[in-house]
Amino acid sequence: MTGTADIAQRRFRRSVLFAGITAVACMVSAVLASAYGPLDISLQQTLETLIHHIFTGVQGVETTNSIVVWEIRFSRIILSLLIGSGLAVAGTVFQGILRNPLADPFTIGVSSGAAFGASVAIFFGLSGTVPYLAGLGIVPFAALTGALLALGAVITLGSMGGQLKRDALVLAGVVVATFLAALISLVKSLDEDSVASIVFWIMGSLQGRTWQHVQLILPWYGLGMAIIWRFSRELDILSLGETQAQQLGMNASRVRLWLLVGASMITGASVAVSGVIGFVGLVVPHLVRLIQGGEHRPLLVSSAFIGGLLLLWSDVLARTILPEGAELPVGVVTALLGGPFFCLLLHRTMKRSSR
Amino acid sequence: MSARIAIENLSAGYGKTPVLHEVSLSINKGEMVGLLGPNGSGKTTLLMSLSGVRKPLRGSVSLDGINLLQIPPKKRAAQLASVPQYTGETPDIEALSLVLMGRYPYISALGGYSDQDKKIALSCMQETATHDFAYRSARDLSGGEFQRVLIARALAQQAKTVLLDEATSGLDIARTIEIFDLLKQRHNNGTTVVAAIHDINLAALYCTRLIFLKHGRVILDGTVNDVFTDANLTTIYDTPIHTFKHPVTHAPQAFFTPGSAAAFTNHSTGE
Repeated sequence: MTGTADIAQRRFRRSVLFAGITAVACMVSAVLASAYGPLDISLQQTLETLIHHIFTGVQGVETTNSIVVWEIRFSRIILSLLIGSGLAVAGTVFQGILRNPLADPFTIGVSSGAAFGASVAIFFGLSGTVPYLAGLGIVPFAALTGALLALGAVITLGSMGGQLKRDALVLAGVVVATFLAALISLVKSLDEDSVASIVFWIMGSLQGRTWQHVQLILPWYGLGMAIIWRFSRELDILSLGETQAQQLGMNASRVRLWLLVGASMITGASVAVSGVIGFVGLVVPHLVRLIQGGEHRPLLVSSAFIGGLLLLWSDVLARTILPEGAELPVGVVTALLGGPFFCLLLHRTMKRSSR
Repeated sequence: MSARIAIENLSAGYGKTPVLHEVSLSINKGEMVGLLGPNGSGKTTLLMSLSGVRKPLRGSVSLDGINLLQIPPKKRAAQLASVPQYTGETPDIEALSLVLMGRYPYISALGGYSDQDKKIALSCMQETATHDFAYRSARDLSGGEFQRVLIARALAQQAKTVLLDEATSGLDIARTIEIFDLLKQRHNNGTTVVAAIHDINLAALYCTRLIFLKHGRVILDGTVNDVFTDANLTTIYDTPIHTFKHPVTHAPQAFFTPGSAAAFTNHSTGE
């Protein structure tokens, strides 16, 4: 008879192994993707440049190639890993707290807030800069402000009954998102010149993003992840429903609020630098859940790595699939990949549940 | 005997409409109480009020003399454990992780479940004969196994009172008896049990006290032999019911005659 402890150990080893493999895959991918682009740079030179920048420091004058690898490609790759993992984690959290398999980071309107903020900035042609991160322009900051304001509005609306209930939260999110979508249409109709930039911004892209964008997203990402990890155990309990959570001694609405804030910080910052990149936050949690079950701690870790991988390679596709340096918005690529993939997942889940 | 749970003039319900109307009860330490009554009589609402999930519209519930609303959630959960109804909806989470959730009231904000918590959870699983599938996903368990896991979770809470809301509905007779035997055993060890039970005969077999609710009010309350009579049951369920003694335990058991419910209704409206 095999002991139950053996099974536990094997399962634990399997999750660690899975997380380890995906983590290594992220690192290898980051290097490979840095060598990939219109300018032909050898893998060896890419590796040398990365090692110099990360470990030994750069001596002498930088070559064009090393600038391309470090400043243009690698910063963008790190950003895609951050945003991909962030959206996947936020999606896992939203699906957990809303107990809705169709929820994603954009369900409660944070992305609409960001899009509205960006639209206003584009509309007024605000060309000012923000000190410290001077190279970014005003649009990401306007988007981040819009995202946080939308979150505030959703929480205020959703907790009007005194407690933050799941249904009220979804409804408040839909109301806020719809209202903001109307406002964005208003901005577009007022100024035809800005329509193209607004539409392109909303589609989601990582084109031309730099280390300064990484700097913008990093504090929000770190803080959001810390909050989510702190409440990840509670996420399991919350997935059993409000009543059971309360009967187990949990303050369900307080925990839900924290998780909501953590996941929205990550979402808001991601949308602010990259626009709305769909499907990553919806598909990745489902995929990982199918592989390793619904327990949230391993789910969050693996989702983060898989989400990062997915966005990294989607972005490589987005910047190389068209000839002559033209780029697809990466949001289009993830949607094109994610749609059919989601159908496949749905098919497998249905087959499993009907068994 | 001292009252452990005191319910005073409790009105509770959904929104502003009360389902329970001015219920006053006291439940003593070491009782095994069966909550009975037709559908919609307020059993679930009463249990939700007892576990602190549903706040009273009027009146109060107190535990050992302290108002339930004034007890912080974790402290409350260490005193009152609940076993929910079986809905058929099971999470894709390991059985042991579900049982460990019963230790949630005892963990600190940043610390996780300790080895001690795990030991307690596993011993509760042993007690409920769920130990063998501790590392299986709850999704792969049968209804009876899953409910036993939830009872193990309630035991892991180490609460002096266990509340059950039709915890065995949807389970077959053998599984139901397994679960009630287990509850009886806990009750013999000093745990107070309050269970909403749909099957009145089951309640009469296991409980020390029966409380009948109807339209949100307590209409009968007493020992099994006192309240489980032909006349009482016939009135409560609007259906002719006869009671006989159980051949082994001598507890009263109810018997119905097919077709009698309709006949009774026709007869009473025809007058």
